[in-house]
Amino acid sequence: MSSNGSSSQETGLSPEAQGLRDQLKEGYNQIGKSPVKVDGMAKCTGATVFADDIELPRMLYCKLHRSHVAHARIVSIDTSAAEAMPGVVAVLTGDSMPETFGILPVSQDEHALCIDRVRFVGDPVAAVAAVDEDTAFEAMNKIVVEYEPLDPVFEPAKAINNEVEPLHGYGDDGNVHKRISMQFGDVDGALEEADLVLEDTMFFEGNTHLPMEQHAAVAMREPDGRVTLWSSTQTPHYVHRAVSKVLGMPPSRVRVIACPNGGGFGGKSDPFNHEIVVAKFALMTNRPVKITLTREEVFYCHRGRHPVLMNIKTGFRKDGRMTGMHFQSLLDGGAYGSYGVASTYYTGALQTVTYDIPTYRFDGVRTFTNKPPCGPKRGHGTPQPRFGVEVQLDKAAHALGLDPAQMRLDTLQPSNSVTANWLRIGSMGLGPCIEKVVEGSDWKNKHGKLPYGKGVGIACSSYICGAGLPIYWNAMPHSGVTVQLDRGGGVAVFCGETEIGQGSDTVLAMCVAEVLGVELTDIRLTVADTHTTPVDLGSYSSRVTLMVGHAAFQAAERARELLAKAAAKKLEVPSVRLRFAENRVFDVQDPERGMEFADAVKLAEAAYGTIAVAGWYTPPPSPGKYRGAGVGPSPAYSYSSAVIQVDVDPETGLVDIEKIWVAHDVGQCINEMLVIGQVEGSVYMGLGEAVMEEMAYRGNRFGVHKIPSLLEYKSPTTKEMPPVETYIIEDPDPNGPFGAKEVGQGPLLPIMPAVANAIFDAVGVRVDEVPITPDKVLKALGAKDKRCGPRSFPDLKITDTMRVKTEAEGGDGTAPRPPKKKKPEKGKGEEVKAS
Amino acid sequence: MSTTKPAHPPTRTVHRVFYVNGEEHEVAFAPHKTLLEVLREDLGLTGTKHGCELGECGTCTVLVDGEPILSCLMLGLECDGRRIDTIEGMAGESGAHPLQTKFAEFGAAQCGYCTPGFLLTAQAVLEEDPAPSREKLAEELSGNLCRCTGYLKIFEAIEQVAAEKRGEAAGE
Ligand code: FES
Ligand code: FES
Repeated sequence: MSSNGSSSQETGLSPEAQGLRDQLKEGYNQIGKSPVKVDGMAKCTGATVFADDIELPRMLYCKLHRSHVAHARIVSIDTSAAEAMPGVVAVLTGDSMPETFGILPVSQDEHALCIDRVRFVGDPVAAVAAVDEDTAFEAMNKIVVEYEPLDPVFEPAKAINNEVEPLHGYGDDGNVHKRISMQFGDVDGALEEADLVLEDTMFFEGNTHLPMEQHAAVAMREPDGRVTLWSSTQTPHYVHRAVSKVLGMPPSRVRVIACPNGGGFGGKSDPFNHEIVVAKFALMTNRPVKITLTREEVFYCHRGRHPVLMNIKTGFRKDGRMTGMHFQSLLDGGAYGSYGVASTYYTGALQTVTYDIPTYRFDGVRTFTNKPPCGPKRGHGTPQPRFGVEVQLDKAAHALGLDPAQMRLDTLQPSNSVTANWLRIGSMGLGPCIEKVVEGSDWKNKHGKLPYGKGVGIACSSYICGAGLPIYWNAMPHSGVTVQLDRGGGVAVFCGETEIGQGSDTVLAMCVAEVLGVELTDIRLTVADTHTTPVDLGSYSSRVTLMVGHAAFQAAERARELLAKAAAKKLEVPSVRLRFAENRVFDVQDPERGMEFADAVKLAEAAYGTIAVAGWYTPPPSPGKYRGAGVGPSPAYSYSSAVIQVDVDPETGLVDIEKIWVAHDVGQCINEMLVIGQVEGSVYMGLGEAVMEEMAYRGNRFGVHKIPSLLEYKSPTTKEMPPVETYIIEDPDPNGPFGAKEVGQGPLLPIMPAVANAIFDAVGVRVDEVPITPDKVLKALGAKDKRCGPRSFPDLKITDTMRVKTEAEGGDGTAPRPPKKKKPEKGKGEEVKAS
Repeated sequence: MSTTKPAHPPTRTVHRVFYVNGEEHEVAFAPHKTLLEVLREDLGLTGTKHGCELGECGTCTVLVDGEPILSCLMLGLECDGRRIDTIEGMAGESGAHPLQTKFAEFGAAQCGYCTPGFLLTAQAVLEEDPAPSREKLAEELSGNLCRCTGYLKIFEAIEQVAAEKRGEAAGE
C-alpha cells in the first residue's frame, strides 16, 4: 500500500495492481456516462430527508433572540418573562457558553450567544426551547435586552481609519482584520516597460447564497449521554469540532450528521450559533430540540460574497501580453472573521493562473463592519477580482486595437508551469474553451459588428479543485473512504462527504462502481456522519470530486486487488488479465472464463477474511513556501470561458441577456449530466450576480437589511434565464481521479465580466460595478466619460510588502523571513492555511 | 426552571376531513395553521418543502382540487373537504409519474429542495396544455424559484414528458 493516498503520480503499485489499473483504462463502465443520480428518485418523490423533516418524540422547538441594533454593549438580559411562560422548557444566554468558535483557527471570534457585545443586526443574544414553535416565538419576544449603544461602522473605507471602537480585540490593526501585501518580481519596473498601463477602480457588491432550504438543525441527547446533531451543513467535520469545543465535550461523544442540503453554495460552510445552541439545549433538557431559521434569519446569517473595492494597475505590451499587475482589494468583512482571512488571500491568489502575468503584486485588506458576516460563496473571493481583471483586459484590447478573444488566446499561462506567485498549473484547457465559445457564438461576425444596442462580450476564468491545505493545520488525509463488501455482492461505501445537490453521492458511488465493475444499485452509501464515516473535510472549495474521487478510487482498487487475487487462483488466469465489469470478474482474453462478482467476494473473504478496505487522499505539496502561500495552491485548476450576447435598451438601461455560450475544462467528466448541470447552475447564479443580486443595508444608519426576503432580494426566475450553450472540454489532468477536475464553481466566474464587456460592445459604456442594474447603465450613458463606477480607492496603509522572487528570477518559492514582531496577540500565531 | 409554573395548555384543535393523495384523512390541527404546516406537522407529509412561508418562492406548492396552490398561504381550515395532492402521492401504483422519472433522468433535481413544487406545478400545466411552448412554461413556472439548476433542465424534462405523451420525439 502506498502510504500517502493516491496523490503521488508515482503510483507505487505492485505489477498486479498496475495491470488491473491498466485494464480499467481499456473502457470505462461508468465514467463519462450519465446515469441517473443515486439520490435522483428520492429527490423527485419527496423521500429525501432534509434537516427540517426530522421529527422526534417529545421534540422541543428553539428560537433565537437576535439583536436589533448593529453595535452595542449588552448591559443586561432579562429572560424572566420568557421563563415564566407555560410551555417554555429552557432558556439560554451566552454566559453558559463562554468558549469561542469560528471556522478558521485564526478567527475564533464567535460565541454561541453573544456575551457582552452585539456586532450586527441579527447577532443572537438568547435562546428559548419550548414545546412548540409558536410558544418559542412568543417567549423569544419576551426577552428584554438592555443595550448601551456603540458607534457602528458600515463602510470599509471608514473602518480602515479606526474612527470607532474596534469590533474585536484581535486582527491586524483596529477594525482591520487582515492586511496583506506581497510582491512577486519587479512590478514597478514591469509597468515602466509597458506600452500601455491601465489603472481601474471597480466595485463588486456583496450578494448572498439564497439556498432554497432555510438552515435547520435537530439535536438529541442519546441515552448514554452523547449528543447527536443533524444539520443542514456543508461541513459536518468542522461543525463537529466547533460543537465539541464550545460544549467542552470530547469529540467522541458528539456526533454530527449532515443531512442532504437543500442548496448550500457556501452558505452552510461555517459552524453556526444555532447548531451549538440546540446541542446544548438537548443536553440540558434531555429532549430532542429543533431549530429552523426563518428566511429573514438566513439573510442575517449570510457568510456570502464580500463586497470588494478593487484597484488594478496593469502593464500591457502592444500585442496584449501583460508585463505586470498590481492588484489591490478592500473587503467589507462584516462583523466576524468567518473564512475572511482566506477570502482576502483569494482575492489576490488566482489572477495569475489564466494568463501569463510575469510580475505580480497583491495588497489586500479585510475590515470588520457592523453587518452580517461575509464568507465563502461559490467562487470564494475570486469572482470579484476576476470581474475586475477581465473587464480591464477588455479595455486593454480596445485600447490596443486587438480582438479581446484573440488577445486572451495569445497570452495564456502555459500548462505544466509555475505562476509568478508559485502556483503549479497542470492541465490547462482555456485555449480550447475560448475557441469553442468564439466559434459557437459566431464571435468574429458579431463583436464590434452588431447594431447599436446589441453586443457580445467575452471573459474567462479558472478555479481551484480543492484547497491544497486544510483549514486547520494537520498532516492527515483530506478525504477518506472505506469500502466493505457483502457476500451477496453488495458494496457498502462510507465517506464523510456531504451531498449539497452537486451530486457528490453519485460521484462517490460511480468511482467505486467503476473500479469494481458493479452497478450503482449494488452500492449503499453512508455519508457525512462523524460517528460512522472517515473524515472528508466538506463540500467547499470544489474539492469533493477530486479528493473523494481519489480516495474512493484507491479504496475500491484495494478491494479489487484482493478479489482479483482470489479469483485468479480459482480461474487459473493471471490476475492482470482479469476485468471487472457487469457484475462479473473475467478473463479479458476469454470473457467466458469468469465468475459472478459476488462469488469473487466469497472467495476473497474465505481467503483473506472480511473485506473492508480504506482509501484516502492528501493533496501534493505546493512549490510556494512563503507566508500566505497556503491559499491558492490546488492539485489542479479548472478553466472556463463565456461569450454573452446582450440587448441593451438605451432609454431604460435594461439589459436583456439573449444568449450565453460557455465552455468548461473539466479534465474528464465523471458524470456528464451532472457536469452540465453544474455549468448551467453556475451560469444562472453568475447571471443573478451580474444584473440583480445585492445585499443592501438601510441608509448606513441602522445596519438593517433592506430586502431580507425572497421577493425583494431579486434573483433570476424562469423568465430571466436565457438559453445556454455548454461545451465540455476534456483534457484529463494527471492529478485528478480519472483525470477529473472541478465544475461546481468555476463556470460562474466569467459571467459577470462577460455581461459588462457585452454592454460595452452594445452601447459603448463601461459599468465598472456589479450588479449592473439599469440605473447604472443609464448613469454611464449620461456620463462624460461613459462610465459608471467608483472614482477613488482609499490608502490601504501598507507599510511593508513581502517580496518573493519568481521562478524566472531564480527564486525557490520562499520569502526572506519578516522581522520578528513584538508579541503575537492571542490567536494570531497561526497562519491561515486555506479554505 | 420553576416547578410551580402552570402547565402548557393542550393545543386547541379542529377536526376536518381532507382528501389527501386519493385517501380520506380526518385530521386534527390548530386552527391557525397553514396547509403547509398541517401537511408537514399533522399529516407527516414532509415531502412538501418551504423556502419562505410568505408566498414568495413556490417551494411549498401542492395541488388543491388540481390547482397549484402555495400551501404556506392557505389555511388548513380552507381545505375542508377538498382534494389535495402532494409529492408523496404523485407516483401511482404502476410506479413513478413520468415527470418524476424525467426530472431524475435529466438532472432537473439537483439539491431537490424545490423539486416537489416544480413537479406539481408542471403536472398541472401539462394537464391543461399538453404542448406548452418554452415561453408558456417560463410563465407558468415563474413563481417557483430554483437556485441550483438554472431552470434549463427543468424545462427540458417537462418538454420531454409532454412530447412523449403526444407520441413525439423530444424537441419538436
Ligand atoms: S414557502 Fe410557500 S411560497 Fe415560499
Ligand atoms: S434543485 Fe436545488 S433549488 Fe432547485
